[in-house]
Amino acid sequence: MSNQTKRIPTHHIIGFVLSILLTILAAWTTIGSDLSTNWIITIIMLLAVIQAGIQLIMFMHIVEPESKNGHVPWNMMFHGFVTASIVVAGSIFVMVYAF
Amino acid sequence: MSTNVNHAPLEYQTEHNQMSILGFWIFLAAEVVLFSTLFATYAVLFGRTADAPTPSELFELDIVLVMTFLLLTSSFTCGIAIHQMRHGSNKGLITWMIITLALGLGFLGFEVYEFIHYSHEGATLPSSAYWSSFYVLAGTHGLHVTLGIGWAILLLIQLFKKGITKVTSRKVFIISLYWHFLDVIWIFIFTSVYLIGMVV
Amino acid sequence: MNLDEFFVTGEPLIYAGMVSIVLVTSAMIFLLTYFKKWGWLWREWLTTVDHKKIGVMYILSALAMLFRGGVDALMMRVQLAFPDLNFLNAQHYNEIFTTHGTIMIIFMAMPFLIGLMNIIVPLQIGARDFAFPFVNALSFWSFFFGALLFNISFVIGGSPDAGWTSYTPLAGAAMNPGPGQNFYLLGLQLSGIGTLATGINLMVTILKMRAPGMKLFKMPIFSWSTLVTSFIIIFAFPILTVALALMTIDRIFGSQFFTLTGEGLPMMWANLFWMWGHPEVYIVILPAFGIFSEVIATFAKKRIFGYHAMVWSMILIAGLSFLVWVHHFFTMGAGAFVNSVFSVSTMLIAVPTGVKIFNWLGTLYKSKIQFTTPMMWALAFIPSFVIGGVTGVMLGMAAADYQFHNSYFLIAHFHYVLIAGTVFACFAGLEYWYPKMFGHKLNEKLGKLSFWLFVIGFHVTFLPQYFLGLDGMPRRLFDTAPEWFTLNFISTVGAFGMGAGFALFVFNIYYSYRTSQRETTGDSWDGRTLEWATPTPIPHYNFATLPTIRDIDAFVEMKKRNETTYDESKLKPIHMPNNSGQPFIMMALLFMASFALVFEWITLSVIFLVGVLIMMVIRSFDEDDGHHVEVEEIKETERSLRGL
Repeated sequence: MSNQTKRIPTHHIIGFVLSILLTILAAWTTIGSDLSTNWIITIIMLLAVIQAGIQLIMFMHIVEPESKNGHVPWNMMFHGFVTASIVVAGSIFVMVYAF
Repeated sequence: MSTNVNHAPLEYQTEHNQMSILGFWIFLAAEVVLFSTLFATYAVLFGRTADAPTPSELFELDIVLVMTFLLLTSSFTCGIAIHQMRHGSNKGLITWMIITLALGLGFLGFEVYEFIHYSHEGATLPSSAYWSSFYVLAGTHGLHVTLGIGWAILLLIQLFKKGITKVTSRKVFIISLYWHFLDVIWIFIFTSVYLIGMVV
Repeated sequence: MNLDEFFVTGEPLIYAGMVSIVLVTSAMIFLLTYFKKWGWLWREWLTTVDHKKIGVMYILSALAMLFRGGVDALMMRVQLAFPDLNFLNAQHYNEIFTTHGTIMIIFMAMPFLIGLMNIIVPLQIGARDFAFPFVNALSFWSFFFGALLFNISFVIGGSPDAGWTSYTPLAGAAMNPGPGQNFYLLGLQLSGIGTLATGINLMVTILKMRAPGMKLFKMPIFSWSTLVTSFIIIFAFPILTVALALMTIDRIFGSQFFTLTGEGLPMMWANLFWMWGHPEVYIVILPAFGIFSEVIATFAKKRIFGYHAMVWSMILIAGLSFLVWVHHFFTMGAGAFVNSVFSVSTMLIAVPTGVKIFNWLGTLYKSKIQFTTPMMWALAFIPSFVIGGVTGVMLGMAAADYQFHNSYFLIAHFHYVLIAGTVFACFAGLEYWYPKMFGHKLNEKLGKLSFWLFVIGFHVTFLPQYFLGLDGMPRRLFDTAPEWFTLNFISTVGAFGMGAGFALFVFNIYYSYRTSQRETTGDSWDGRTLEWATPTPIPHYNFATLPTIRDIDAFVEMKKRNETTYDESKLKPIHMPNNSGQPFIMMALLFMASFALVFEWITLSVIFLVGVLIMMVIRSFDEDDGHHVEVEEIKETERSLRGL
């Protein structure tokens, strides 16, 4: 709703700047920092999740009042990501880690 | 049904539009699982390069960063297009959508270049389990981008002909969700394929 | 390619199949032409977007598939009845158990249940159609053509022969060249598109189109089971889509996912397959639970016992269904820790399932049971399913599973859950809702006879197989040994009992069409839920007006207040979608693209794919916005139906 009255798309600009910054941070963590591999993977995966959240909230209007505050979209996206974690982590657990 | 139907953006104004948008969100949730299966396959087959080069020998950060910025920017311009639509500016909407598509095409161009480059270095789809999973994961994303571009062109034609109506605004809003979503997937490809591929 | 490579040759049974296909097809073409019914077929059925007609087509196709899968089963049982029978050779036997399993799960159980959902769910929640009627038609045709593609494999190109699970490397290009396995991959892929679309469609329908006052926790249990099933479909089917695509790329384009070369990992297929496959078994069992809940509540003449517990147990089962997949391959060697984790999660599922069993018993307790045929199926389901469930827990213990794995014990277990659960439910649901769909009941006498034949036949077939399994008989064996003869023979006799029961069921459809009394009220069984509030035959817009829902048993409440779905003062024009031939054409083109890909004719496949894309473009520019049913027409229809 607020978007309609504002001429300048503040949300989008903030989201865009943040996503560029997070991308650069992730790239720097990978090649610039001297952390251990496990730490690098943890940090950049975390950054990716934050960035995905930015896309969903800032760009995709997931919680607009018009879509009933995004109740169903949130719910489905949440369960989608839970299933995704089960599929990825489960596959690694079964096929690599404990084999 | 929805709060203040008359003041809501055009794409939410009919019951049917609301259902279409909701249905598309559910479809995107299914897409999350679809890509996660490809990520799982990639993760499990990681390191199974056989005689082909390893990813850390081939991946170059600069080209991947350029691709990432192209797609991130296109996601931003797509958001601006929707912003314009909600202000009723068909011209603004069309302009920003065309910029979005141009950026998307740029991304695809780099991806094609990248694939050709890797295959010249001896990393092709059949060369090993790892490279199969790499090409299919990145390729599925690329295919989605390609389809999105074709779809958006169809919508642009409709916008030229009819302007912003309840029907076209719904369609454009839905493709914007799709486009942002492809960006979400790319963020994970960028991180877990390219960045991790460079450190491990 | 020579014609004798294209068609399957050298098997008398398959020649007989070819002859019967030609005969049936030409008979159908002749009848349609003779009675000038081609236009009718196109206008009323092939282009319809009406959820009721689509549902009928689903159920008809599913019955045809039940016949096909059943014939496969009988042929297997004949071969196994005596040692060294040589009725089928090893290759033919492999093909038949593969098609039997695939058809029964993918092309029989799911479409049967989806067909019932199609017809009943909109009626139960007070909707006038699906949220996306066009997509619904698309889903049906994608299933139909997927099934067609899979089924023609037995006369053209050769059937797949690597089992319905199609484990690699056996199913890979190196060990299984030829088009057979491609039929499996592309047939399932094609129908999978439709299943996913139906899942989304049903979910939006249920979330957005319920009658006023019907909160989620006032929805009938069958609609709840549909909602939960859609949820599982949406999250499980993409996994199958990817797994099938990866194997297709492996076979046709030479990638190395599941191969023995290039450091491929054949076991990854099993992992992905069962990540979909386990949720899949709940996709076919939860709607069955929903049907039994409706049937039991109606004929016990009581509100379902523990409504909330019923709903929450379904949700819990849905969640757990994504966490147990490894129990299908405990013996693959993932190690004790992994197996223990999945053993525990597997046994957890018994808890919500047990809750449901006790709720059904609670509903029956101290009620005045009316023994109709649908109720008989429901009553037979409870003890039979418990046997299947308990042996499932036995299989779930990883250590014990090393003994049971790949034996007839497993075969007996999953037939006990799938037949006693899903198939009984399909029969119960069809007989229960039959008067709503076709305007007359099925004959009770014949119905009960077919019930007894089928149920006794079922136990005689599968109970011995538990003991065969414990005696060490492995599954997928094309020839038995003399020491297993007696139990195998008994099992075969039972299988023919089931076959007779099914034949009688089909005959009953014809017999009742000729002799049954026609329904006049629309409320055939003194029903409890909203679908029984509509007149029979149901007007194509379903509800003239919608009552406000106050209770779980909406229609019981309406009958008390003397309300109907026709309130002349509240009539408004009703918006309905138009018929469209596009779904049929689009999916027919996709069918041809898939068929070309089966034989790896890439160029031809691409040409048809372009055709599909063109259909999509046409759809994008399509401005068809449906039509309105005017108040006068509604008045006329309702008055004549209600005899006002």
